[in-house]
Amino acid sequence: MANANPTDGSAPAALGAERLAWMYTQMYRIREFEERVKSTFTEHPGILRGHTHLADGAEASIVGSVAALAPDDQIVTTYRCHGYPIALGTDMKLMMAEIYGKATGLCGGLGGSMHLYDVARGFLGGSGIVAQAIPHATGAAWAAQIRRRGQVVVCFFGDGASKQGAFHESLNIASVWKLPIVYVMENNHYQASTRTDQEDANAAHGEPLSTKAKAYSMEGVTVDGADPVAVHATLADALARARSGTGPTLVESLVYRLSAHGNLIAPPGVPLNYPEHEAIAIFGNRDEYEAALRGDPVPRFRHQLVTEGTLSAADADAIEQAAREEVDEAQRFALDSPWPAPDSGLDYVYA
Amino acid sequence: MSHVIPYIAAIQEAIREEMERDDRVLYFGQNMATSPEDPFLKQFGPDRVRVTPISETAEIGIATGAAVAGYRPVVELYMAEFLLVATDQVVNEGTRFHFMSKGQVSVPMVMVAGYGFTAGWAGQHTGSIYGMFMGVPGLKVALPSTPADAKGLMTTAIRDDNPVLFFQNYLLLLDEGEVPDGEHAVPFGVADVKRAGSDLTLVATGYAVRTALGAAESLARRGVSVEVIDPRTIAPLDVDTILSSVARTGHLVLVDQATRHSSVAAVIAAEVAELGFSSLEAPISLVTALDSSIAYSKPVEEFVLPDEHKVVKAVEESLGLAPASA
Ligand SMILES: Cc1ncc(C[n+]2csc(CCOP(=O)(O)OP(=O)(O)O)c2C)c(N)n1
Ligand SMILES: [Mg+2]
Repeated sequence: MANANPTDGSAPAALGAERLAWMYTQMYRIREFEERVKSTFTEHPGILRGHTHLADGAEASIVGSVAALAPDDQIVTTYRCHGYPIALGTDMKLMMAEIYGKATGLCGGLGGSMHLYDVARGFLGGSGIVAQAIPHATGAAWAAQIRRRGQVVVCFFGDGASKQGAFHESLNIASVWKLPIVYVMENNHYQASTRTDQEDANAAHGEPLSTKAKAYSMEGVTVDGADPVAVHATLADALARARSGTGPTLVESLVYRLSAHGNLIAPPGVPLNYPEHEAIAIFGNRDEYEAALRGDPVPRFRHQLVTEGTLSAADADAIEQAAREEVDEAQRFALDSPWPAPDSGLDYVYA
Repeated sequence: MSHVIPYIAAIQEAIREEMERDDRVLYFGQNMATSPEDPFLKQFGPDRVRVTPISETAEIGIATGAAVAGYRPVVELYMAEFLLVATDQVVNEGTRFHFMSKGQVSVPMVMVAGYGFTAGWAGQHTGSIYGMFMGVPGLKVALPSTPADAKGLMTTAIRDDNPVLFFQNYLLLLDEGEVPDGEHAVPFGVADVKRAGSDLTLVATGYAVRTALGAAESLARRGVSVEVIDPRTIAPLDVDTILSSVARTGHLVLVDQATRHSSVAAVIAAEVAELGFSSLEAPISLVTALDSSIAYSKPVEEFVLPDEHKVVKAVEESLGLAPASA
């Protein structure tokens, strides 16, 4: 059934306190990192170039998903890609250095914010071209199927991407071939400055976007992406199905992006700061945005853990303090690192 | 009379004026006209102005279908690389219909695509990919370098009865320039001499025109007179203006943001080698991007791109001049 949440009544073993604290830690680390990237536009103007897309608001969905992965599983993402490697354990110093265009970055400054990779940790990369990494993830899942080591690929993308042929073509093949893959659509209700109901047939008809799974006769689930435990349970189910050879799942994870789509798009010379969220800037809907802020998954999860007694307030404070120090260090490292050699631009054209 | 507006405003002005002039002109694409305050939506209404999902194959295919059915769509694609998703629709559908139908069908449509955002947009959003499209029969390709040409070429593109790929440059979007008042159409296939000169011919396309003009200016201070020619459309390509300039100067340097083998420069070099060989007093020289993807980091990005310094050096070599710094 496309829209039933298979976690109902079949939730996997409850997450222990340690795991929940780990999840909160990752969520806070991502938030702190993204806020530091964003403040770089004003604190260190000129360092960040091109286009940067932040994961703030999607932390629960990202961490709930990554928490359900087995060590050998792999992921493929989009240009909005900072959150996943943080949760996978990629060194933040190398990430910040990459985003600052430095020689010490994950990709030596060749890729930048939109093109992070950490293959050793199972992060195979993504694409800056909307939806075009969905087939890549599908191909990696075929490779996993051939290898028979029980690996699964998780493919992350946005609501907007599900209007591309690459999405539909890939889901069809994955379903026919019963590939070990989970498609996680982070539905943040916007593709840049277009609202989902303006461009998506399901949304325009008041149906969830997971309805699309029906067309490919695969499981489709919609989950509250602001609840990391719910996301974890949904992914755990989907991963188990994929691992057992039953086939792929389309998970629609409902999130709200708390920053604008990306920094200003402008030629050199114009400061590239972050505009207001499109809800306000384009649609004049301050209420929607403020409601989203009130539902911010990071403080919401902290509150839940502290209220349940899983985490003491002092422990939560310590997690936050450690994340701030880690991001301070990452930023210092990135600022102090050297620029790449100009001719490094010719080093990696061919393998 | 003229008015001073940025390059991007000049393009929008042409689209607005053509929509006012001809009800059949449609304007659509992603992330436009999403709010009732959108000026095009307000003026022309939702029949003619629409937002689309991220569906380039359908967007360009829909433009093709609407054109076959009698309308004149302008599809806004933002970055040139996005249309690569729909390459079949760009090169192998509408471009063929007039020919295959023995003239029964024509496909008057404009695809607007921004290129060359070499400002940290990294590997997948910075390409100068226009050269890939200049050899497609049935397809016209415009590549304006100034606000006036941007307006004039867009006007002509919308009035043309063929598919036109209109490449706008992202670095030039806010560049201001004089645009003639009232109707302004720049004919396709007519190059413009952006700066007259007698010692050497520089031909540059799109963004590279700015680089070439900068180099010409610094060479002028040393008493070297360089002519700068901008073809403005690369399909059709005005080879005659280039040949007659080379006939006077005997020296040709070509400047192009694209990688060498997919540059317009390579095609112009071939034309002049065949048709203007006897005029040449020195080998033709190409100043293009190096054969690599564009890096995110600024020093690496700059290293692979043509710049004024590289152009000046090529001119010095062609004319046998001592380097300026020596
Ligand atoms: C093929 C293609 N078309 C257009 C774009 C420009 N673009 C970049 S991100 C984006 C919005 C994508 O929205 P969604 O898939 O919902 O992901 P989100 O950014 O909301 O996470 C668009 C239109 C692109 N990169 N690639
Ligand atoms: Mg979205």
